[in-house]
Amino acid sequence: MPESPEIHSQKPQCFQDILLRLQEYWAGQGCAVLQPYDMEVGAGTFHPATTLRALGTKAWAAAYVQPSRRPTDGRYGENPNRLQHYYQYQVIIKPSPPDLQELYLGSLRAIGIDDTLHDIRFVEDDWESPTLGAWGLGWEVWCDGMEVSQFTYFQQVGGHDCHPVSGELTYGLERLAMYVLGVAHVMDMPFNRPDARIPLSYGDVFRQTEQEYSRHNFHGADTEKLFEDFRKAEAECARLLGMEPADPALGGRTNIMAHPAYDQCIKASHIFNLLEARGVISVTERQAYIGRVRALAKLCADAFVQTEAGGAAA
Amino acid sequence: MADLLIELFSEEIPARMQAGACEALKKRMTDGLVEAGLTYASAQAFATPRRLALAVEALSDHSPTTREERRGPKLGAPEKAVEGFLRSTGLALEDLEVRDDKKGQVYMAVLTHAGRPAADIVAEVLEDVIRHFPWPKSMRWGAGSLRWVRPLHSILCILSDESGAQVVPLEVDGIVSGDVTRGHRFMAPEPFSVANYEDYAAKLKRAHVILDPEERAQHIWNDARQMAFAQGLDLVEDKGLLAEVAGLVEWPVVLLGRIDDAFLGLPPEVLQTSMKEHQKFFSLRDPESGQITGFVTVANRETRDNGATILAGNQKVLAARLSDAKFFWDNDLRVVSHVGLEGMGAGLADVTFHNKLGSQADRVERIAALAREIAPLVGAEPALAEQAARVVKADLRSEMVGEFPELQGLMGSYYARAAGLPDDVARACVEHYQPLGPSDAVPSAPVSVAVALADKIDTLTGFWAIDEKPTGSKDPFALRRAALGVIRLVLGNGESIKLEDVLFSSDNTITLQLEENATIGSPVSLRKAYASAFGIPDHELRSIENEQVTKRMHAAGFSRVQDWLLSLIQEGLENPDNEVRRSLRRVADLLAFFHDRLKVHLRDQGIRHDVIDACLAMPGNDDLTLLVKRAEALSTFLKTEDGENLLQGFKRANNILTQAEAKDGVEYSFGPDPKLAETPEETALFTALDAAEATIAPAMAKEDFAQAMAAMAALRAPIDAFFDAVQINTDNQILRRNRLNLLHRIRATCLQVADLTRVEG
Repeated sequence: MPESPEIHSQKPQCFQDILLRLQEYWAGQGCAVLQPYDMEVGAGTFHPATTLRALGTKAWAAAYVQPSRRPTDGRYGENPNRLQHYYQYQVIIKPSPPDLQELYLGSLRAIGIDDTLHDIRFVEDDWESPTLGAWGLGWEVWCDGMEVSQFTYFQQVGGHDCHPVSGELTYGLERLAMYVLGVAHVMDMPFNRPDARIPLSYGDVFRQTEQEYSRHNFHGADTEKLFEDFRKAEAECARLLGMEPADPALGGRTNIMAHPAYDQCIKASHIFNLLEARGVISVTERQAYIGRVRALAKLCADAFVQTEAGGAAA
Repeated sequence: MADLLIELFSEEIPARMQAGACEALKKRMTDGLVEAGLTYASAQAFATPRRLALAVEALSDHSPTTREERRGPKLGAPEKAVEGFLRSTGLALEDLEVRDDKKGQVYMAVLTHAGRPAADIVAEVLEDVIRHFPWPKSMRWGAGSLRWVRPLHSILCILSDESGAQVVPLEVDGIVSGDVTRGHRFMAPEPFSVANYEDYAAKLKRAHVILDPEERAQHIWNDARQMAFAQGLDLVEDKGLLAEVAGLVEWPVVLLGRIDDAFLGLPPEVLQTSMKEHQKFFSLRDPESGQITGFVTVANRETRDNGATILAGNQKVLAARLSDAKFFWDNDLRVVSHVGLEGMGAGLADVTFHNKLGSQADRVERIAALAREIAPLVGAEPALAEQAARVVKADLRSEMVGEFPELQGLMGSYYARAAGLPDDVARACVEHYQPLGPSDAVPSAPVSVAVALADKIDTLTGFWAIDEKPTGSKDPFALRRAALGVIRLVLGNGESIKLEDVLFSSDNTITLQLEENATIGSPVSLRKAYASAFGIPDHELRSIENEQVTKRMHAAGFSRVQDWLLSLIQEGLENPDNEVRRSLRRVADLLAFFHDRLKVHLRDQGIRHDVIDACLAMPGNDDLTLLVKRAEALSTFLKTEDGENLLQGFKRANNILTQAEAKDGVEYSFGPDPKLAETPEETALFTALDAAEATIAPAMAKEDFAQAMAAMAALRAPIDAFFDAVQINTDNQILRRNRLNLLHRIRATCLQVADLTRVEG
C-alpha cells in the first residue's frame, strides 16, 4: 500500500472536512472509494460492497460513506445525537491486513485526533446482525471513553464462513465529527466551512427532514402497504433466485441475479424496520420477521458465491 | 536447568477472558511439559490487554533417559524371526543379550532411549497449546486458518540460563518464534529483545507496560483512593470493575472528575450503574451527604497535558449518558404520576416470561394470589401483600430498567415511593428478588417475605409444571437458586410454613392458568375435579370461570382443598394420569428438590446428611424450620457422649427386636408389664422410660427438641445397665415376650424424636 497521506496541519472545521479526509486517507491506503448504495439501508454493512463482497475468496478493498436509516431512532431533530438518518463511513478489506489496527489509528490522526493527547482503546464488542445471518469478533474503539468506531473481523455472512476473513471498520460520522469539532448538539454542527460564502449547519440541511421522517416513521407510513411491500420483496427475491441460471441473452452462459435479488432483501429489511417503528410488530412476530429477512440474506449469499465476483470459477 | 519465558502477543484480548487465559496457559503448558518428562520449580502466568505471558522457573534440560528391555525370539528360532527382531530394535546380533527363560534361552534387546532436549518438548507443547487454546470465543483473520481470540502477532519463546538466552524455534501458521516483544501501543511501540523473565518484566515497565494484572489493579486502587481522599470523597469499592479495568490498560493512569450538579438528583444507584456499565468509571461518594458526586476513570497513557484532554472528553461522554438517564427518570416519574405504578406495568402482558408459562402479567396474577395466601403465614397483611405483588414487576416496563436491567426492583421501589404507595410495598419491590446469592441478605419485612416467597415458589412450580427441571450442571432458569432462596427466607425468619400446602396451591393456580392458555395437559380434567368436588353438574363445566375456581379454592383454604383432592382420589378417580394425581406427584417431587437443596445448605453448616435423613423421615418435614430445629438438636445431641451411647443402645434394642420380630412373625408392640421385671435394672428401665415419656411428649408438642433429647439422654444409663444385667432371649417365653415388648418401648420412645435407624455409626 502507498504511503499514508500527510497529516493535515490544520484541524478539520466542519462535518464534511472529516468525511473528505477519511475519503482521502483510505484512498491513499489503496481502497476503492465507492459511492453510497442507492437504497435505504440500516447500516453501511448492508451495502453489497460489504455484505456480498465479504463472501468468497476474491481479494477486496473498498471505502465509502453510506447514508443509514434507523426509523425507530427518529427524535424530530431534537435529540442532540440521535437521528433516524445519519452517515456511516465504512471500510472493508479482504483479507484483513496484519496492520489493520495501525491503518485505523492512522485514519484517526488524519481527521485530527492526536493520539499523544487522547486515550484510544479497543474494548471488546462482538458484532452480530441477526437479519444478515452475520457475525464477527472485534471491538468498539473508544476515544476518551467515547465509542468512535466499530472494528470487526467478519467470521460469517449469510450463514457462510468467511474465508479469507474481511476486516471491517465502521465510523459513526456525526458522532465522531461532533467530538472532533467540539459540538454539543448535532444540529449545531457546521456542515460546510463556517467561512464559506453560504455557511450551512447540519440543522440547515437535516432538521426539517428529521421532523418529516420522524412523523412518517412513527405515524405516517401506511402499514398495510408496508406489509404488502414486505411480502412482495420477499417473493421477488426468491423468484429471481429461482430462475434458470443459464441466460439466453448471453448465449446460455450462467448469469445469476444475486445483486438484484439482494436489493429485494435490503428492501424487506428496511420495510421491517419501518413496521417496527410504527409499532405494529409484536415481540413474538419480531423474531419471525428477522428470520424471514435472514432467510433472504442467506439465499442471496448462496447465490453470490456461485458467481464470478463470489469466487466461483468463471 | 533453564528458565522458560513465553509471550503470546496479539491484538486486544477482552478483559473478561484474561484471567481464564492465564490459568489455561499455565496449566496446559506445565501439564504438557510434565507429561513429556520435564520437571520445573514454579510457573506464573500474566496477562495484559495485548499479551499472555508465562514464566517457568528451573525447567529441566532434558527429559530423562529411559531403558527398555524387549524380549526377542528363542535361541535357534528361524533366521527370519531373528532378522525381524534386529530390524525392529535397530541392533546387531552381537548387541543382543541371551537370557534364561522358563521355556529356554531367548534373545533380549536392551534399548536406551536418550531424553529429549527441553527446547524440542517446549516447542511441541507450545504449538499444541496455541492450536487448541480454550478461548470462550475465538476467530480467524486474514487468509489464515489459525484461531485465536483476536489476531496473534508474535510468539516469544526463550530458554535462559547463566550462559544466556536461546530462542526455542517454532512456527505456528507462519508466525516464527523469537525473543522480541513490544511495549505500550502508543507510548513505546518499538520492538526490543529480552533475555529472561526479569529482563522482560523490567524492560516492559520501561516501555510503559505493567505486566502483572494484580500490580495494575493495586496501582489503580491506591491512586484512586489517594486522589479521592485528597478531595474528601470515598471511593466506592467494586472488585469486579477493578479487575475489568486492570484488563483494559497496560499503563494505568488514574483521573478524577466531578459529576455535573444537574445530575445529582438522580438516584445514586443510577449514577453508579450508568458510569460503571457504559464508561467503566468508579464512583466517588460524598461522606457527608451520601451522594455520588464524582468519578474515577482510568486512562491507558500519560499525556503532556496530564490527562486534561482525556478527562474533558470522558466528562462530556458522561454528561451525554447521564442526560439520557435523566430523560428516562423524568419520563418514568411522569408515567407513574399519571397512571400509577400498576399502570406502568400495564404493558407486562406483552412481555413473555417463558413461552410455555405465559406473560409477565400472567405471572403477576399468580404471584398476587399466592402472596395473599402466604401473607398470614408470615405475619403480613394479605391485602398489602397482594397490592405489593401487583406492582413489584411494574418497573420492568420503565425506561430506566429497559436501559439498565440490573436496576430492576430498585427502580420499582423509587417509583412506588413516588406514587405514594405504602413503604412496605416500596420495600417489597426491591426485596422480593432477594436473596440472590447464597451470601446475600435475607429480607425480614413480612410483606417482602410474602412476595419473595410467592415469586420464587411460582417460578419453581411453573417450571415443574412444564417439566423443565435442573439436570446435572444445567440449570438455565436458576431454579436451585430459587429453592435456596425459599429455604433461606423461611429459615432466616424462623417461619413455620407447611410448604407442601403452599406448593400445592401454587401448582393448582398455575395449572389452571396453563389450562386456560391450553398450553399443557388436558384442558378439562382439573376443572372436572373441581366441579365434582363442589357439586357442579358436568354440563356446566365449560362455563366455570377461572376466577371462580380460584376464589372457591381460596375460600376453601388449603386443608379443604387438600381434603377435596384426597377425597376425589378415594372416590375412584384412580386413573394414574389424572390431573390431580399429576399435581400431587409434581408437588412431592418439588418438595424432594427442596429437601435436596436443604441438605446441601445444612451440610455447609456442618450437619451430616444421615442426621438430616433421620429428621426428614419424620412427619411434618415440609415445615423447614421445624425440620432444621430437629436436625440441629439431633446433631448436637449425637456429638455428646450420652447421645452417642444412647444411639448404640437404641440400635442394639432395635436389632434384637427386629430379628425377633422377623423370626417370630409378630410385632411386639403390646405394652410390657413392669410386674414381670426380674432384676432391679429391668425395673429401673421401666421407671426411666415412664419418666422420659412423660417429658418427651410435652416437649415434642412444644417442638422443644433439645429438652426431648435431654430426656432421651437420661435413658442411656438404664438401657446400658439393662443390657448388661438382663438376657432378652431367655427360655421363659413370658419373660422373653415382656422384654421384647420393653425393647419396643425403647424404640418407640426414641423414634418420637427422629428416625434413629437412619443415623450411621
